[in-house]
Amino acid sequence: MSTLIKFTIDGVECMAEAGTYIVEAARENGIYIPTLCNIRGVKPRGSCRICSVKVNGRPMTSCTTPVADGMEIENNTPEINDIRKAIIEALFVEGNHFCPACEKSGCCELQALAYRFKMMVPRFPYNFPRKEVDASSPKLIKDHNRCILCKRCIRAIKTEDGKNVFAFVKRGRNVRIIMDPVLGEQMSDELAQKAVEICPVGALLPREKGYQTPIGKRKYDLEPIGSDIEKK
Amino acid sequence: MSKPIVATTSLAGCFGCHMSLLDIDERILDLIELVEFNKSPIDDIKTFTKQCDIGLIEGGCCNSENIHVLKDFRKHCKILVSLGECAIMGGLPALRNGIAIKECLDEAYLNGPTVRDNDKQIVPNDDELPMLLDKVYPCHEIVKIDYYLPGCPPRADLIWNALVALVTGDEMKLPYEVIKFD
Ligand code: SF4
Ligand code: SF4
Ligand code: FES
Repeated sequence: MSTLIKFTIDGVECMAEAGTYIVEAARENGIYIPTLCNIRGVKPRGSCRICSVKVNGRPMTSCTTPVADGMEIENNTPEINDIRKAIIEALFVEGNHFCPACEKSGCCELQALAYRFKMMVPRFPYNFPRKEVDASSPKLIKDHNRCILCKRCIRAIKTEDGKNVFAFVKRGRNVRIIMDPVLGEQMSDELAQKAVEICPVGALLPREKGYQTPIGKRKYDLEPIGSDIEKK
Repeated sequence: MSKPIVATTSLAGCFGCHMSLLDIDERILDLIELVEFNKSPIDDIKTFTKQCDIGLIEGGCCNSENIHVLKDFRKHCKILVSLGECAIMGGLPALRNGIAIKECLDEAYLNGPTVRDNDKQIVPNDDELPMLLDKVYPCHEIVKIDYYLPGCPPRADLIWNALVALVTGDEMKLPYEVIKFD
C-alpha cells in the first residue's frame, strides 16, 4: 500500500504519495512548476535549475527532490520567479536564439517560458557565440546555436537494445551534443521524430520540413506553458 | 496642454516594426489626436526640430550611422523604446555576429554564389558609406533604453497599448498573446 502524505505549496495543502518528486506531486495537485531539462517518466537530471523551489526555506530542484511529510514548499514567489527568469535570460544570451526565423518558434519550451515570465529583454549581455549547424545526418539537422545542453536527447533517445544515440563531447563552454555516426544513420524515422519532440528547443530538427503550423495555431501562441496543469 | 511628441527611426531594421505601428488600423486616427510626430519616416521629418517625449527605435546598430542616429535620439527623447527583436537583440542582421567582418564582406561581394561582374574585386569602400561595426549591437548596449517591446514585428496591439500607457501614465496592458518573439 502506498502512503499518502501531506505537504504545502505556497501555503496550499497538498497530498501525494510519499516518494513522488515535488514537480510531479505539484502537478497532481494542479500546481505548475516550470521545468526544462526534466522529462516525465525518465530519471531526472536536475541540470537546468528552472524548477527550483524552496523546501523548508532552502533552494532545491523540484524535479529531483521527493516530497516528504510536512514539507513546506515555496514555488510561485517573486524571489523564486526572478531566479527562474534569470536562468531563462542566461540561456537566451548563451546561444543564438533568432526566434523570428526558428522552425520551433511557437512550440519551443524555452521561448514559452520566456513568454510566461514576461522576458522583454535579457538582463545579461548577448554573447553571440559562433556555433555550427550540422546537417550531415540523413535523419536530423542539429543546430548548436539553439542547443541548451539539457541532455534530454541523451537520456531519452535510445536504440531498441538500449544504446545511446546522442552524447556530449568536450567540456566547459565547448561542450556540445554529438550523434553516434552509425546509430544516427540507422535510426528509425520514428526515433528521429521522437528526438525532435524530446528536444525542448529548435536544436534537433526534422529534414525537409518546417513552419508547418501557422502562427496563431501553435502550441504556445494563445496559452502559457503550464496552463494545462493549472486548469485541472 | 500640448500633446506628447513622438519620434521614430529604423536603424538596422526592415521597416516591419513601422508597418506594425501602422497596423493599429483606425486607431491611427486616435493616435494623431493623442500625440504629435516629430523626426520619423512616417511624416518624413528628417532632423529633430524639438525635444521629444517618446522615441521608438526599430533595428539594432550595424554601422556608424546607426550609432550616430541612436545617440541623437537619446539626446532628444525623454523615453526611448526598443521596438522589436532587432532593436532588442540585433535580430536577423546579427546572424553575422561571430563571423569576422572581412569574411562577411568577401562572401557578399567577392565569393558568394550570386556575385556577378565584379572583375575588379571591389568591396564598396566609398567614404560616404557608413563604417560597418564589428558586429550588430542591441540598442541597449549603446545607449540607455527605457522600455522594450518584443516581437518580429511587435504586435500592433502591443505597440498601441504601450503608447497609450506612456501617454496616459496608466499601467500597461500586457495580455499573454501580445508578447511574442516572432
Ligand atoms: S529554439 Fe526556441 S528560443 Fe531558440 S530561437 Fe528557436 S524558438 Fe527561439
Ligand atoms: S539537442 Fe535539444 S535535447 Fe539535446 S541537449 Fe540540446 S537542447 Fe537538449
Ligand atoms: S527541470 Fe529540474 S533542474 Fe531542470
